[in-house]
Amino acid sequence: MAKKRYIHAINEALFEEMERDPKVIVFGEDVELAIMGDCRGLLARFGRDRIRNTPICEQTLTGMAVGAAAAGHRVILHLMFSNFIYTGMDAIGNQMAKMRLMSGGQARMPITVIASYGGGGANAAQHSDTAYPPLLNLGGINVATPATPADAKGLLKTAIRGNNPTFFMEAGGRGGEQGEVPEGEHLVPFGKAVIAREGRDLTLVAIGSMLKPALAAAKSLAVEGVDVEVIDPRTLVPFDAAAVLASVRKTGRLVVCDEARERCSAASEIAALVAERGFDSLKAPIRRVTTPNVCIPYAPNAESRVIPGADTIIRACLQISPAKTSLFSAAAQRAAGDLLPGA
Amino acid sequence: MTRAAPSRDELFALYERMLLIRRTEERLRDENKAGNLPGAVHLYIGEEAVATGVCAHLRATDMITSTHRGHGHYLAKGGDLNAMVAEIYARRTGICRGMGGSMHVADFSKGILGANGIVGAGFAIATGAAYSAQLAKEGRVVVDFFGDGASNQGTLMECLNIASLWHLPLVFVCEHNRFSEFSPASTVTSGQISDRARAFAIPTLVVDGNDVAAVWEAARAAIERARDGRGPTFIEAHTYRIQGHMEAESLLLGGQHYRDDAEIEGWKQRCPITSLRKQLAALGSVEVSRLEQIESHIMARVDEAVKFAVASEPADPELAFSLMFDGQQP
Ligand SMILES: Cc1ncc(C[n+]2csc(CCOP(=O)(O)OP(=O)(O)O)c2C)c(N)n1
Repeated sequence: MAKKRYIHAINEALFEEMERDPKVIVFGEDVELAIMGDCRGLLARFGRDRIRNTPICEQTLTGMAVGAAAAGHRVILHLMFSNFIYTGMDAIGNQMAKMRLMSGGQARMPITVIASYGGGGANAAQHSDTAYPPLLNLGGINVATPATPADAKGLLKTAIRGNNPTFFMEAGGRGGEQGEVPEGEHLVPFGKAVIAREGRDLTLVAIGSMLKPALAAAKSLAVEGVDVEVIDPRTLVPFDAAAVLASVRKTGRLVVCDEARERCSAASEIAALVAERGFDSLKAPIRRVTTPNVCIPYAPNAESRVIPGADTIIRACLQISPAKTSLFSAAAQRAAGDLLPGA
Repeated sequence: MTRAAPSRDELFALYERMLLIRRTEERLRDENKAGNLPGAVHLYIGEEAVATGVCAHLRATDMITSTHRGHGHYLAKGGDLNAMVAEIYARRTGICRGMGGSMHVADFSKGILGANGIVGAGFAIATGAAYSAQLAKEGRVVVDFFGDGASNQGTLMECLNIASLWHLPLVFVCEHNRFSEFSPASTVTSGQISDRARAFAIPTLVVDGNDVAAVWEAARAAIERARDGRGPTFIEAHTYRIQGHMEAESLLLGGQHYRDDAEIEGWKQRCPITSLRKQLAALGSVEVSRLEQIESHIMARVDEAVKFAVASEPADPELAFSLMFDGQQP
């Protein structure tokens, strides 16, 4: 174990997997200079046959990923910002997600697409989206949302070795954060959530970039006497429904936080799943904490108004917290504001 | 195509507009360095002759599409300086009320259909606008500004085809500044870009993008042609990006280099503004004092714009909700 930054953990996984399998190739815009940090050093080590800059042409790059995979390579396509998923969407939706079934199981699609998502940097509407929800609806695409350096490394290695297309979603604002990362062979299985914090009163599912504010919220809520269990699903497809349902069975309450927009977010899907399969254990309505159905504005004050943070999460948790907590303490009332039921 | 050179007064007007763009962006560069701007800025320093020479021929009702490097296009098309600077400062008085920032400055009332953060997005928007202009038969023309890097998006070819087929009143202006982010054009772009237009039977003009008179002449012919209903033209203007891809790019590069300092210095010697200033100053002492007046007038305007921005209220966060739709809640 060693402490590493999120972005360095990703870099380490790329190095190890390219070392391990000569069929792994990387391409994308300006990957050689590695401006996003994650590909740093790959060119010097592996050369331009293995990592190559492309022109700006996302519609073609996603199609090329399909073709190169069909022809026998393990492809890593770097799309830079997750908004550019939209630019490359046709081959993602019509080829990558469908090739295997359409070919009667002949085609294998060992493709990993890397894209950085999320707001908070005053990058405005076209560079700040959390663009995985449309991918969730395609069917044939895996989506990994690592929140910690260790999971970033382990999930990326699993993605690269897998035979199905995976979008590896980098939490944009988290690249510099540090955490313990196991050396060498460290594989995190898909579809396996982790309990990031145990608790009895309420289940808080936090996706990717939302894990950090969720843990901060849980800490504050503990002071208020609300014991929150924080679950990080780590992959959205496949999704560890069992872990979330087991937690909700224990707590009876669910808040899901997701930086994507509310409508058809991953949070919506998780809420629907628990409403369908865990209804009997629910003691309160489910709450989603998401970006509202707006695009990300440029001005920092407007941006922080729409992107959820620890405060938003605390408010949502207090709304459905058990009455035995000091719900009406001065601090809780301040935090809950006018959103308190009956207030 | 008829040829004509800009008159002395026209040259002064071109000089003034280029200098406005330059001094504004030098100030933005400094404000960015001082940490006063919330978002990233991509500067047009060194490339001013292109937008200026082209937009000199446009009417208020004509339209342009722009790029992530859009301050110059906006100012050349007559966008308000104070409102642009206030936008970049994320103020309520900004041209997009603080919702868009540097990469999205737009003034639809002046035909500025927006800077754009999606590289290559302008092609289809300009083509659609030109289609609309053609249907309306009011003699409006559309100019699509884009980079050499953007030329590699496939939609360029799709738009060239439609524009040629339908004789759209559209001028494609490729600003070949030799870089696509951090990739030299030679490493990501094959052939001569304007040849792509020739394949669709669109006339092409390759010009020195650091010579404002040359750009002015080429654009005059192209815009006249579009206005007369004779269809699209493709201008390839060769220039150079003096600043980084974006300000503070060294943070992304982590000590790596993608171009030589000597190359940058060489292009600084070919500054479009300096060379025009020399040409005008050589005309006599009256011209010299006119140049000095322009300089001090512009410095005052830029100062005032920054003061205006700083004194303005921050953006109204609730606009993120009320502006999503026209007359509808998000
Ligand atoms: C669809 C899309 N892909 C990638 C990017 C990232 N990006 C921003 S600017 C740029 C380079 C653009 O080069 P060019 O068109 O030559 O314009 P220049 O920056 O040189 O003015 C890239 C790749 C983007 N903004 N949009």
